[in-house]
Formats: sequence, C-alpha cells, structure tokens
Amino acid sequence: MSTPLLSVENLSVAYKEAERYARVTHDVSFSVEPGEVVALVGESGSGKTTTAQAVIGLLPENGRIEHGAIRLNGEDIAHWTGKRFDAIRGRQISLIPQDPTSSLNPVKTIGAQVGEILRIHGERDGKAIAARVIELLARVGLSDPELRARQYPHELSGGMKQRVLIAIAIALKPQLIIADEPTSALDVTVQRRILDLIDELRRDTGTAVLLVTHDLGVAADRADRIVVLQGGRIQETGAARQLLAAPQSAYARQLLADAPSLSAGTRAARSPYPAAVIPASEDAILVENLVHDFQIDGRKNFRAVDDISFAVRRGTTHAIVGESGSGKTTTVRDVVGFGRPTSGRISIAGTDIASLKGDALRQFRQKIQLVYQNPFSSLDPRQTVFSIVEEPLRNFGRLDAAARADKVNALLERVGLPEALRQRRPRALSGGQRQRVAIARALVLDPEVVVLDEAVSALDVTVQAQILKLLDELQRERGLTYLFVSHDLAVVRQISDTVSVLQNGRQVETGPVAEVFRNPQSPYTRELIDAIPGQRSHANV
Amino acid sequence: MSRYIIGRIGQALLVLWIAFTASFLLLQALPGDAILIKFQNPELGLGPEQIAALRDAYGVDSPLWQQYLQALGNFLTGNFGYSVVGSVPVAHELLTNLPATARLASLGFTLAVIIALGLAFLATLAPFAWLRTAIQSIPSLFVSLPVFWLGIMLIQIFSFRLKWISVINPGEFEGLILPVITLAIPISAPLAQILIRNIDEVSTQPFVAVARAKGASPSWVLWRHVVKNALLPTLTIAGILFGELLAGAVITETVFGLNGIGGLTERSVRFQDTSVIQAIVVFSALCFVAVNLIVDLLYPVFDPRLRRLKGAPA
Amino acid sequence: MTSIGSTDILVSKPRNAAGNPLLQRLRGVSPSLVLAWGIIALVVLFAVAPSLFTSFNPVQGVPAEKLKAPSLIHILGTDALGRDLFARIVYGAVHSLTGAFVAVLVGLVVGTTLGLFAGAVGGLVEEAVMRVVDVLLSIPGLLLMLSIIILLGFGTVNAAIAVGITSVAGFARLSRSEVVRVRRSEYVEAAFGSGGTFLSVLWRHVLPNSLTSVLALAALQFGGAILAISTLGFLGYGAPPPTPEWGLLIAEGRNYISTAWWLTTAPGLVVVLVVLSANRISQALGKVGR
Repeated sequence: MSTPLLSVENLSVAYKEAERYARVTHDVSFSVEPGEVVALVGESGSGKTTTAQAVIGLLPENGRIEHGAIRLNGEDIAHWTGKRFDAIRGRQISLIPQDPTSSLNPVKTIGAQVGEILRIHGERDGKAIAARVIELLARVGLSDPELRARQYPHELSGGMKQRVLIAIAIALKPQLIIADEPTSALDVTVQRRILDLIDELRRDTGTAVLLVTHDLGVAADRADRIVVLQGGRIQETGAARQLLAAPQSAYARQLLADAPSLSAGTRAARSPYPAAVIPASEDAILVENLVHDFQIDGRKNFRAVDDISFAVRRGTTHAIVGESGSGKTTTVRDVVGFGRPTSGRISIAGTDIASLKGDALRQFRQKIQLVYQNPFSSLDPRQTVFSIVEEPLRNFGRLDAAARADKVNALLERVGLPEALRQRRPRALSGGQRQRVAIARALVLDPEVVVLDEAVSALDVTVQAQILKLLDELQRERGLTYLFVSHDLAVVRQISDTVSVLQNGRQVETGPVAEVFRNPQSPYTRELIDAIPGQRSHANV
Repeated sequence: MSRYIIGRIGQALLVLWIAFTASFLLLQALPGDAILIKFQNPELGLGPEQIAALRDAYGVDSPLWQQYLQALGNFLTGNFGYSVVGSVPVAHELLTNLPATARLASLGFTLAVIIALGLAFLATLAPFAWLRTAIQSIPSLFVSLPVFWLGIMLIQIFSFRLKWISVINPGEFEGLILPVITLAIPISAPLAQILIRNIDEVSTQPFVAVARAKGASPSWVLWRHVVKNALLPTLTIAGILFGELLAGAVITETVFGLNGIGGLTERSVRFQDTSVIQAIVVFSALCFVAVNLIVDLLYPVFDPRLRRLKGAPA
Repeated sequence: MTSIGSTDILVSKPRNAAGNPLLQRLRGVSPSLVLAWGIIALVVLFAVAPSLFTSFNPVQGVPAEKLKAPSLIHILGTDALGRDLFARIVYGAVHSLTGAFVAVLVGLVVGTTLGLFAGAVGGLVEEAVMRVVDVLLSIPGLLLMLSIIILLGFGTVNAAIAVGITSVAGFARLSRSEVVRVRRSEYVEAAFGSGGTFLSVLWRHVLPNSLTSVLALAALQFGGAILAISTLGFLGYGAPPPTPEWGLLIAEGRNYISTAWWLTTAPGLVVVLVVLSANRISQALGKVGR
C-alpha cells in the first residue's frame, strides 16, 4: 500500500491554562490520500480546528503536541520548528481561513498579499510575480483582476476576499489545502459558489483538501471521507456516503438527525389549527407596505426596506429569510418598535404601533418580545439569571416579590434551566443555556408575539435542535405567534408555517413554506433553496 | 472630504478660542496682579501714585471686556503682552527661550521613540518567555518614575559616583546628555506600552496566521504585517505626547538649571507673571491642536481604510 | 427531554477549564498584585498611625546627628538638620496620600458626573461638555496645574485640587465613552424592550457596567496624582517646609546630592513603589472590567 499524503497518528494536543496543560484532542488518527477530500466534522470544542492547526504547525502559543505523529508523505513533521516548517508551509500545505474579512492585512494591497507567497518562497522577479498574481486572481473568478490587485481588502466583498485567499492557497500548487470553515462567515449563496470553486480547483490540480466544518451537510456534499469528532475524540470515520447512510456511532446519528439541512422535508401541520381556518381578523402581526429609508452622510437616502407586506395568523410562525443586506433586521426592528418606518403600517395584536410614544409604547412592549441572535451580548453580564428573567415583571410592577419569584422559577424550570444555575451570571453559562435565559425573559410577560432574530444561528446543531424543539413546544402550549428571522432556509423549513423571502430590501416571495419549497416563484428563492448544503449526497443516497 | 477638513479646522479654532478665553479669565482677570507683587516691594521705593501710573500703563484698571478684546486682538497680532519680571515683551521671552527647548524636546522625543521601539521589539522577539515578560514590565516602571527624581538620580550616578559627566561647565553636547535621557524615559513609556499592546493585538489577527501559513517566518510577519498595523494607532496619542514633552521640559530644565520655555514657566509661576503663563498656555494649546489636526488629516495617507470615507456603509 | 442536555456545549471558549470559581479566583491572583496591595496598605498605615513605625520626631532634628548615613538607628539616615529620614517619610505619607485622594476624588466626581451626564443625555449637552473636555486636554497637564495654582495660591490642598481638575477631562471622556458603549449594547436595548424606563435602565444596566473601567482609571490616576503632587512639592508649589511631603524631601535633599545620596534616593524610591503599586492595582481592576 502506498503511503498516504497525510497521516495523523494518535495526535494529542494540549493547551496551557493557568500553569497546567489541559488536553483538547485525544489520540486522533486519520489519513488523507492524494487528491482526496476529507472532512473533519464537529461542534465547537470538538478539537477539529486544533487538529487542523497542528497539521499546518500553527497552534496558538499556549498549545503543544503532547504525543502522536503527523506524517506528510511519510515524514513526521509534528515536531518540526522554525525554518524547516516555514519551507513547506504555503508550498506543500496551505490554508484557506475561516473569516475572510479579518484574514487579509487591511493596509496592504490585494496584489501585494497574493504576491507575498511567491516572494516568500524565493521568487525575486517583480514582473513575473505581478503577472502570476493577475493570473491567479483571474483563475479564482475575480472580474477585472488588474484592478483587484491594486485594491485594498476593505474595497472587496466577503466572497471576493475569500476568492483572494483561495488564490493565495493555490498559488504554489500545494499537495494539501486545509480549509478551516471556509464559508461559515459568508452568505448561503456565496457559500455555495466558494465551495464549488474549491472543488473545481482541487479537481484541476489534484490537490487534497482537509475540510474543517461544523456543517454535516457541507461535508456530505463535498467530502470523500468524513471524520466525526466530539470532545477531542474521534467518534467515527468512514466514506462519506456510507457514514451518512448508516452512521455507526450514537453521536454521528444524533448529528445527522439534528442537522436541519439533512433532515427530510417540512414538519407536519404545526399549529393546533391549520392556518387557513383562523380568520384574518386573528392576525397577530400585520405589516403593510413597509418602507424604511436611512440617511447616509445626512444627504443620500438609502432604502433598506422597500414595500414589504405580510400577515401572520395567531399561533403560527412566519419566517423572514434573507442574506446580509436584505433588510430583514430593519424590518424586525420596526416590528418590535425600536425603529421608525418611513411609511407603511404595522399592527401587532390589533395595535397600530406607529402612533405609540412614551409610556404607551412601553406598555405595548408587553405584547411583543424579541430574542436576539447573540446570547452573549443580549444579557447583562452583571445580572444573575434570576434577576434577568425577573426584570420585565419589575418593570411593569406586576406581582409582589414572592409571586414574581414563583413565576420566574416556574418559567426557568419550563425552559430547562436547573435551579443550580439561577444565581449564576451569563458568563458561567453555555451558549444554549444563555439562549434559554433569553427565551425565558421574553416569555415572562406572557407576550402574544415573540420575534426570534436569528435566535438559533449562533448555536451548535445539537443545541440548535434542542432550542427549536423547546420553541415549538412553547408555541403549542401558549398559543404564541413567532416571527422567525433567519438566513438558513433549512431551519426555516423546520419551524415555520409561512415565509417571506427578502432580497436587497424587496420581498421577492411569500407564501406557505411547503409551497415555497415545492414551487418557488422567484429565481432568487430557487437559488437559496439550491444552496442548502447536503442535497447532493441526499440525492445519491 | 474638503467639508470634513474645514469642519475639523473650525473645531480646532474653537478649542483654541475657548482655551484663550478661559486662560484669560483665570490668569488675567481673577488673580491678584503681578504688578503689585513686583512693585510694592519697598526696596524699589515706589510711591502709590507711581504704582498707579504703572497700572495705568499696563491697562489693568480698564473694564474686563475691554481688556479681553484688547488681549485677544493683541494675541492675534502676535503681541502677547509684557513680562513683568523680565521687563521685556512676552514674545521676546518666548522667542529667546524657544530654540533651547525645541532642541531638548526634539532630541528627547527622538530618543523616546528609539527606546519605545527597542522595548516593543525586544518584548516581542526576545528568545525566552521570561525575558519577554521582564521587558514588557519595563514601561510600567518608567511611567512610575518622578521625572525630577530621575534627573537627580542620573546626576548622582553619572556625575557624582561615576564622574563620567561633569556638572560644572559641561560642554554643549555633554550638558544635554542627561537632560535628554531624563526627558525621554517617561515619554517612551506610554509609547512602548501602546506599541506592545498593539503588536500583541495585531499578532492575534487572522491575517497574521494567513501570512504564517504562506510560509513567512515570525520576523517577516512582524516587519511586513504587524509593524505598520501596530504603529498606526500610536499616531493618535501624538498630541498628548507633545503635552507630556512640554511638561517634561519644564521639570527637566528646572532640575538641570537650563534656560528654555520650561525654566521660563517655572520662574513665571514663582513670580505670578501671568501674561507669560497665559502666552505659554495658549501656545501649547496651539501646538497640541495643530499636532492633532495634522495627525487627523494625515491618517488617511497611512491607512487606506479611511481614504474612502464617503463610500457606502459596509 | 427539555432539560439541559450534556450536549449543551460551550460556544464561547471551550478551552476554559470549568471548576470551583472561588478556587479558580484564588489560584489566579498574582504575587505582584498581592505585593501591590501590601505596599498600599502599609503606606495607608503610615498615614493613619505614623507613630507605630518610628519614634523619631519628623520635624525636630538633633543637630549632632546631622547627615548620618543609613544605619541601624537611622535606617534611612538623617538630613542636614539631624532629622530621621525614615520618620519624615512615614509622617509625609499622610500629605501625599490625602493629596492624591483629594485629587482623585475631585477628578472622579466632577469628571464622571460630566461624562455620565453627557453620555446619557446626548445631543447638544454632550457636544458642549466634550468641547470643554477637548480644551482641558489641549493644555499640557503640568501647565494646567500651574495655572490653577497661580489662581488658588500655593499649598497642599490647592495643589491637590489643581491635580484633580487636570484629571477631570480624562474621567469625563472615559465615562462618556463607556456610557455610550453600554447604551449601544443589546442588553440595554433588551431592557428597554422588556419595558424598562430610562431611569431604571440607567440605574440597573448602564451605571454598573460603565463604572468598572472608571474605577480602574481612578486607581491609575491615584498613582498619577502622587507623582504630580510630589512634582509640585519639588517645584515648591505644594506644602511649605518643614512639612515632610515626599516631593519636598527630594527637593531638600538635592543640595546634598554629592554627600548624602540617601536624602534623594529613599523618598524617590518610596514614590516609585507607591505609584507602581497603584498602577498594578489599576491594571487588575481593568481586567475584571473586561
């Protein structure tokens, strides 16, 4: 048998924390054959990024390889240092990083940064470098490469920056590219194009790819083999198709079940009564011809939201889907009463909110509550869990202290936060726990409408599945109306009854979820649906 | 863009005008005046009517608003009043003392920058972790040193113990060595602290990891990626540093008995020579505002991100 | 299963070892921080009960004992009037500390009030306050102090007030930017969203979250104030002789620089140690605020 290109053997990496080394990966072993795509899949804390960093020799300063070997073409590079490793980095192993925005030096031109890798590895001829830079930029699909080479990173979009970083990674035709979550910071449609590009380049040059991702759908689409990691240990390794069709380990089965992109189809009728049965007078949210302009530099008008209308029946879920810049955030802020629309009408549970000011607006907030995307920044770091959830009740002077405590404790119990956590501060909680606190805070006033602004996007898939389940149960118990904002159509398919798709501030599609998925009317919606990862293998399985 | 520049200059002028007005009110209008302090001295043998005549000549008895307008007009034409102690125009005092201080300050600033850069790079590149930590803590020691004490210690060590530098009639260059060091060390500290912090921060940026992944060595990354990004924010404290430099000069010149703006300030405070103090205050505010204005206007030249301010939001 | 599962994984920093928070805190305390608190505590004791530390009179000297080098009896030596230097330093602590305390108090109260007010109200008020702060910042600290001293006259309290006014701008700027930062945060918006009134949100969220870094600045300014007050004392604008104020001690020792090195060295070292300690504590406070 020939030696594999990369062979990781019993790799254990530890980080120094408070004078002690704590292991984060335990005996991780896998191999990558020439030209093969291997995906390292896992949630946060699984050790997937650490493993990738170890392979390219760029562990953080407090990290070290405790034991194990990393063989590149049979040679153990695990303990190489300094110049020796520098010589193979970029030439034999290269990197496509996670966040394109911060991965390019803001004060150097694109051309200089692409040319740098050639310079580092000995190219001295300035003209040759310039020519090769243009060639590379053109190769990764950037229009007008001469112009791009002269531009600075801030002048390019996220997708374009990721293309530049790919150009750097392929510049010296390395044998192995490490792609560390290469698309998780990008919009879904861009994400797909970038993955397609990596695929295409890989096939052209025969480069192997070690793809690090949290998204089993992406791995399913792109990888030949999948390595599933949890808590620093390998749970399962196998050919992609086989692993997806018949996962052996319990964890892989759970990941597969929880991944929205891989679970099949829409949910059964979600509300206690089918949407059509509820009369229109029962609309919990009514938005008509919403327009929102922003002033830029005090002069120019920028229309962030352009004529959006939708209605949400009581007890159902309406999703607003769009990529960055689609106007979904502006819409939501207007609906909740934080923003003032330029024109149009918003009515929540029969109250027209445009007329509300001062204390009337404050009183109105009891009807509609918002759960933010980021449970780290939406909870006051100095409050305890209990006082965070209690605060809305105090704001409205409802109940006395004892009754408040009963209500808060009951609700915390309901959202699944054990008593032991109630006097903790947000910092001491996990992401999922924090989002449970945020949900409890939103529900404690018994609102009619809850707006969920990307409320599960920051969470790991298994946690995401738990929170989605909780939200679903709460809706059924309390007859809540949800406005669910997301960029992720796969999640939307799971939780919503109806959906509006926004693009550049316009509403390009609206209707029942099942129908929109079956028969999208706008090409943009079609594109969004196609961009959901995990469909290729699905078709194959 | 030009609108921004005009607005920025307007703001600078406003600050200067308030500074002038405040210093006028505080220093000229409120306190007991220097003329009485100087001329009431019985040794001079001046009678009350002679003092009154002098007061009239200095214009201290006219209404406040008249004095204010007069003073403002005078300042705008470069007439900063009359030094009571020196018996010469303030402008003359300033001009005679400026060159010495400017020389001391520019040498001190240069040395401070060299020390700060040296400390920052050693703190990043030194071979052992313990050595880097040790070097990193030097600036916090430097900021804790009283400037005057530092000067005295230097004299004590280098002039009296080691006898390397003569205290009595040193040569022009020799006489400047210790003052320049005294001035430079406290100034270098905040600069080094900011640099070290910035280098640390920039080093954790993903683009540094990308550069390493290209195969660049740590020193290549430091020089070609980290340094410029780390130096840029230090520009913003240039104005503050200028103030520190001036304050340091006051103390240094006092300790070493040098002539200059610092010595002039010290003397003027002692004798409550308010017109000199006011001129120095307004002059230093002018320098501060000018330095900051220049930094603000130059910043886009160094940082491409600011060149297209008018562009659409990200 | 709605209870929290073991699969609820930390999104933040997975590498932080969890554990008993108290134990973790104890383990995290650095020796230099303990030393810094120790030095400050000792100096505070100097100020409160100087007689516990020395039996010598700080003002009345013994002429026969003049300019003695450090020895077992006079551990830091004596000055030209035969006064024990250690006693003078111990008795001087009260001047430096109260001076610094008054200075920080003036800066903290005036500056933070201005900054909080500007940040919370916004608009024209904010604009006006910040222009005044700009002016204060445009004049070098020492010159501003000297100008104020000319106005108020020489003396310990006046010097302290001058130092305090000089730090007003820094406090105002920091507290304003902190208030603005906290006000923009999502948890403040969420507090309004759940029905909080302006005052209740200000009191429950904005103030507690803005004040930590202001406190860190206060500790830093304490060190700065000790430096500034000793500088003013050295220049002769602070406490009059024979007060054993630290800056003045150094000024007096200056005349004997060639013969009695201890007269300048010792009080200077004390100042450096106290300032270093204050800065170290400030650094620790600032970290907690992150």
